[in-house]
Amino acid sequence: MSEFKSGSNLEKILKAGHFAFTGECGPPKGANVAHLKEKFQYLKGNVDAVNMTDNQTAVVRMSSLAGSALLFQEGLEPNFQMVCRDRNRLAMMADILGAYALGVRNMLCLSGDHQTFGNHPQAKNVHCIDSMQLIAMVKKMRDEEKFLNEEDIDVAPKMFVGAACNPFADPYEYRVHRLASKIDAGADFIQTQCIFNMEKFRDFMKMTVDMGLHEKCYILAGVTPMKNAGMANFMKKFVPGMDIPDELIKRLKSVDKKEQAEEGIKFALEQIEEFKEMEGVAGVHLMAIEWEQRVPEIAERANVLPRPQVD
Amino acid sequence: MRLSYPTNVKVIQVPCTGRVDIIHLLNAIEDGADGVYVAGCLEGECHYIAGNLKARRKVDYVKRTLEEIGVEPERVEMYNLSSAQGARFAEIANEMVEQVAKLGPTPVKGSCAA
Amino acid sequence: MIVADRKSLEEILSMVETDKKILVVGCKGCVTVCNVGGAKEVEVLASALKIARKKAENELEIDTHVLERQCDNEYVSQLGDTVGDYDAVVSMACGVGPQFLSEMYREQVFYPAVNTTFFGGATQHGVWEERCAGCGTCGIHLFGGICPIARCAKSLLHGPCGGSSNGACEVNKDTECIWDTIVKKKMEQGKVDDLLAVKGFKDWRSARDGGPRRSIREELVEGNI
Repeated sequence: MSEFKSGSNLEKILKAGHFAFTGECGPPKGANVAHLKEKFQYLKGNVDAVNMTDNQTAVVRMSSLAGSALLFQEGLEPNFQMVCRDRNRLAMMADILGAYALGVRNMLCLSGDHQTFGNHPQAKNVHCIDSMQLIAMVKKMRDEEKFLNEEDIDVAPKMFVGAACNPFADPYEYRVHRLASKIDAGADFIQTQCIFNMEKFRDFMKMTVDMGLHEKCYILAGVTPMKNAGMANFMKKFVPGMDIPDELIKRLKSVDKKEQAEEGIKFALEQIEEFKEMEGVAGVHLMAIEWEQRVPEIAERANVLPRPQVD
Repeated sequence: MRLSYPTNVKVIQVPCTGRVDIIHLLNAIEDGADGVYVAGCLEGECHYIAGNLKARRKVDYVKRTLEEIGVEPERVEMYNLSSAQGARFAEIANEMVEQVAKLGPTPVKGSCAA
Repeated sequence: MIVADRKSLEEILSMVETDKKILVVGCKGCVTVCNVGGAKEVEVLASALKIARKKAENELEIDTHVLERQCDNEYVSQLGDTVGDYDAVVSMACGVGPQFLSEMYREQVFYPAVNTTFFGGATQHGVWEERCAGCGTCGIHLFGGICPIARCAKSLLHGPCGGSSNGACEVNKDTECIWDTIVKKKMEQGKVDDLLAVKGFKDWRSARDGGPRRSIREELVEGNI
């Protein structure tokens, strides 16, 4: 029996005590594999695993399963995202088996943005199970080697189970309890929502550490570099569950428009430096939204390169 | 006060405009009236607290209904005045008749349409 | 009760476009209580349709009737003598009504005049809100007397999701995040722990997902079912 739950690179890195650095990649709105592979090149060697988003913001894209398989083929480690909005438990279990068969070893279990946000608001929303139960299901398939109906699985999918946490959604006081529930359900690692309000996040992590949650689970802090003040304004207004302090917008606006991207990256780098020292934080999840080409530079300047190799 | 108002206004007395229902207004239009209006007490002065406010919401409903089926909503109105304002009563009657006259005869050719 | 909203006049008019004589049938059940398909609304619809057709110089003859309920054959059968006199019948009952009518009177055409929306109640005069999704396995006691299946946009059993903001749902700022309400109620009561355990996977067979449902009270049934 392996000492690892999944044997994924991400699991090995975290277990060895390294500060993890994960990236993200949105699949194309089409079957443009060439474009996707181009984005992979910016991530390869610079991150430990790459999240492949699943119809993010409820906009239809190439499936996260196919995207994850392409990542694997190209020698990158996928973190296969799965939302509860689009599939019932049959489709979910089938895709988990399929993903494992194609080399996927990490999963991120999510509720999914409501379809009214996306480009097919007319769609039926499924939610046969919720994200908490998806975590429990992937764990059950791995540890008990059984389907939900208790039937045995012939070669069980051994996934490193991830979950999301948004410390900035309401009610705030309950967020840490919900995190605890996700860990109880079976989450091995957590990737948080993009953090911009550092003060609130420090407070959140203090509660997390006080409850000892960081000892039961690896917590990766979500970082998104702002491209400009416009992006910050947009996210503040339109992206649900985002907490973007006015000081950050002010800071971005305080420099010349051409310099705003650099200012955004500087803020992200400051965040990463702080996360390296913050008790309970095991790594950073870098979500460079449609800005993958800047990942090598950010990784370099954040002093997280070269990425450690663990066998 | 020998005030005159147009003879083509037919007055139907009710104890309170709260008694006026949507169907009464619709029936008037259905039967070929060129217009119909409700004259209620001043807002805030309803003897039954909110009869005139309810009447206004019903008038609005009828306006929306007429609009939906392509009949000018201006054929139905709500006015507020007190029982002491005789001159205002005549003025409103003239105003409404003028408004409806501008619209022309009703497009709803009912049994009593002129 | 079952709540419904009336269809637009345009839609109803197009349904009866080629008809010359119709019957509008209301129901004294739920749709009377939610002011959409009772005696008053039947007369209002009939009048509005007549106005529209008079305007189009294509008069429509309309009779009206209100049944005690359209979801009981005992009452539906009361239309037996007259239902054949019309080109079509417009039902103002919930979706059950036109079906019971269609099942009993196979030769007649029945049009639904309302869109049946949800199971709910009036939170104030003129405002109805959804409370129940009819999932067939009630667990409201597990959530402080509040149903997340019906009232959470994602039917979460472990909410609130990351889109909950200031008590509002991510779907719409005017929609209450019901999980925010559930959590706050449990917090006030000092019973947050009730929510923390991971709940069993919901068995959707008792809901519509298991196929059309049937309820039987054997003590009431005469003869074969």
